[in-house]
Amino acid sequence: MEPKEIQKLAITATKGRLLGLSAIHRAASGHTGGSLSVMDILTVLYFHEMKVNPEQPRDPDRDRLVLSKGHCSPALYAVLALRGFFPVEDMQLFRSIDGHYSGHPDMVHVKGVDMSTGSLGQGLSAAVGMALAGKMDSKNYRVYAVLGDGELDEGQIWEAAMAGAKYKVDNLCAVVDYNKMQIDGITDDVMPLGDLHAKWAAFGWNVIEVDGHDYAALADALDQAKAAKGKPTVILAHTIKGKGVSFMERVFTWHGKAPNDEQYAQAKGELEAHLKQLEEEGK
Amino acid sequence: MAGSIATRAAYGAALIELAETHPELVVLDADLAQAVTTCKFAEKYPDRHFDMGIAECNMTGIAAGLATCGKHPFTNTFAIFATGRAWEQVRNSIAYPGLPVTVVGSHGGLSVGEDGATHQCTEDLNNMRVIPGMTVVVPCDGNETRYATEALLNLNAPSYLRLCRMAVDNVTDEIPGYKFELGKGFTMRDGGDATIIACGLMVQEALKAAGMLAAEGISARVIDMHTIKPLDEELVVKAAQETGVIVTSEEHNVIGGLGAAVCECLSLRCPVPVVRHGVEDCFGRSGAAKKVLAAYGLTAEVLADKVRYALTLKKS
Repeated sequence: MEPKEIQKLAITATKGRLLGLSAIHRAASGHTGGSLSVMDILTVLYFHEMKVNPEQPRDPDRDRLVLSKGHCSPALYAVLALRGFFPVEDMQLFRSIDGHYSGHPDMVHVKGVDMSTGSLGQGLSAAVGMALAGKMDSKNYRVYAVLGDGELDEGQIWEAAMAGAKYKVDNLCAVVDYNKMQIDGITDDVMPLGDLHAKWAAFGWNVIEVDGHDYAALADALDQAKAAKGKPTVILAHTIKGKGVSFMERVFTWHGKAPNDEQYAQAKGELEAHLKQLEEEGK
Repeated sequence: MAGSIATRAAYGAALIELAETHPELVVLDADLAQAVTTCKFAEKYPDRHFDMGIAECNMTGIAAGLATCGKHPFTNTFAIFATGRAWEQVRNSIAYPGLPVTVVGSHGGLSVGEDGATHQCTEDLNNMRVIPGMTVVVPCDGNETRYATEALLNLNAPSYLRLCRMAVDNVTDEIPGYKFELGKGFTMRDGGDATIIACGLMVQEALKAAGMLAAEGISARVIDMHTIKPLDEELVVKAAQETGVIVTSEEHNVIGGLGAAVCECLSLRCPVPVVRHGVEDCFGRSGAAKKVLAAYGLTAEVLADKVRYALTLKKS
């Protein structure tokens, strides 16, 4: 990946973090930590990888994305808004009774959302279904499922993993936002996930591990996923919960908490400074 | 009566018949394709059949994903698993986004028989009825099952189809003027003293009960209420107004199913006594299907008693 594109993606992701955080702050409610950790993954997908058209959000030939960790909707909404699916100003309706930008994504009302999610563990199944339909209809679209690591506690994920391997849906790529934390604490304390690489491999998946904040590495992993035939791919993307805001990084209590005015001002300041720096470097 | 067939068997045949003209129709199983009779579909249309193993939640979620891509999946397992174990997947992955999936719960009710309480689902109508936007159908015989399957395929919305293991009499194909319309009950037999509103295999028992009562000079109307939701309120209200008392009959807990739906309707629109005949809020047990039904009072004889009792409640 060209340094210029990396820079562009970094700028977009930082704008996304600012948008998502502003929405959570305005709503005084939402999931901060995971929205920040998954932002780079979603940015690479929507701004580098996926074939989508905001003018035709339901194009049957489009690539699809299921945000199985639906509570990180602020990140998805921000990326969709920046990609042009709806006005950036709509982000102000996040979790508001005056709009449809629910706490968890709603495919019926929000343009660009391919599957309603929120109840953890269900998204990978839906993604396998989409991939199966693509195979049946000889379509070339690809399907992406973005999972949380805490979400892997759910048994349905592993049911879906078996089904994905059985039906050889190589048009499906799951990405785990592997930030090692969940709402009650460190995943290793809440429910140890063990050797995730070995587990997915044992379930018949092609497994790739990357730094989930490295745009070029993510893009490369997505290319490898496309090249892998006969089995679905999972990318274990190692991330930092709260990424981009110093006092939120690696602090699990930011999982489901909104920043107060003071915290928001500080976070906004940090992200804006980072954005300014990126934009100056790009000149 | 012109023979008998289990609604599950009629359903399996209907799927094969409908597959030809409905390319969007796909079938998902959870290792019960033999029992649900979808195995024949699997043989004929292997590319449109997916066996997801003993994993009902995943099957339900995969159906949702297929439905977002223009397919109409029918998911198949026993009613207890379809509407119990996978309830939340039905609610959140199918009904909330309004996706066209028909959740099929075979082996509903006590007539599962020998497998006993763990497999005898008497809560499914309640479980599906409380989900916003769900259409809930319980066909009474093979003929009606064929029509119901087609109607739900064409509905293009989330739906639940409850089937039974045990063979039931073919009661609709000999009724003159019988017509299946989703959301519209069908009056199988007219009567002016009381109305029995039944669904599933209790429709055949209701017809027998009405015959017994007729011998005593009691004229009971029998309505086949195949669609539990949306309920045909006009037909229910008309029956309440004209006969003054209602007896509901279902192979389901008396809480939460057809009887509850009828009470909800009449409490507002035409309060008359309603006697609910069904499973009296208890678990079933193993036994031959007919013996289990008899042990829990799901017979024409007990239903006739319920009607006699209902008549004593009737306001003159």
